[in-house]
Amino acid sequence: MTTTTGTHPTRRLILQGAASVALLGLGNLPFGAVPARAAANDKYPEEAFKQKSEADAIKALYGKTAEPSDKVKLDAPEIAENGGVVPISVTTTLDKVTSIAFFVAENPFALAASYKIPDGTIPAVANRLKMAKTTKLTAIVEADGKLYSATKEVKVTVGGCGG
Amino acid sequence: MASSIRVRATSNGDITEVQALIQHPMDTGLVKDSKGELIPAHFIQELKFECNGKDVFVANWGTAVSKDPYVKFSFKGAKKGDELKISWTDNKGGSDTTTAKIA
Repeated sequence: MTTTTGTHPTRRLILQGAASVALLGLGNLPFGAVPARAAANDKYPEEAFKQKSEADAIKALYGKTAEPSDKVKLDAPEIAENGGVVPISVTTTLDKVTSIAFFVAENPFALAASYKIPDGTIPAVANRLKMAKTTKLTAIVEADGKLYSATKEVKVTVGGCGG
Repeated sequence: MASSIRVRATSNGDITEVQALIQHPMDTGLVKDSKGELIPAHFIQELKFECNGKDVFVANWGTAVSKDPYVKFSFKGAKKGDELKISWTDNKGGSDTTTAKIA
């Protein structure tokens, strides 16, 4: 397994810049409250995957919040008959995309998958996710250091996480 | 043993489309077996695609990714005949690697 450290110096600088701006914005709040953490980190975001609510997971993964954007197109079925296998895809017309993540609000753990999009890779991903029940689905695209989201309600007739 | 990874990478001009299917149980750790005992979590955490010495796509997965996961993406900068290296690691330390030629 090779590490990717240092392959994207520019992106890293931009992200570090964004992080320090965020820290300044916190003013005199105590340190260590929420470490600003970018999804572009090379490490597996273990903490983010442990968060139960969507808001906490987004905070743990990115350290900031997303704004809805019509440039993020989320494609998912209206009704999923089998919650164990729900085909989901996302595409975006945004530039400088660095990561894409999927959150399933009603799952035991909200964060489902997070993808790093290096330079030269088209910002579009298709995959299949599990859904415990009818839920709000959110896709977040990180572009140029900002977060953009799209959401969709998916009706699930048979849950995919129960036993 | 046959690889757990099945990949199809097709070149279409400048863009290479990659589809991958991996055999993995992706157990969430929340499901009980027929004896009522919890099946421990067992899922792929990281899946990486490399081409010409560069990462072209990295997935971080949680337990909510479906069993026998499928993923599709496209990237630029590769041509027919280039090698694509795919590797995954799971939460129990298991891993697999394969290479595919871009067709």
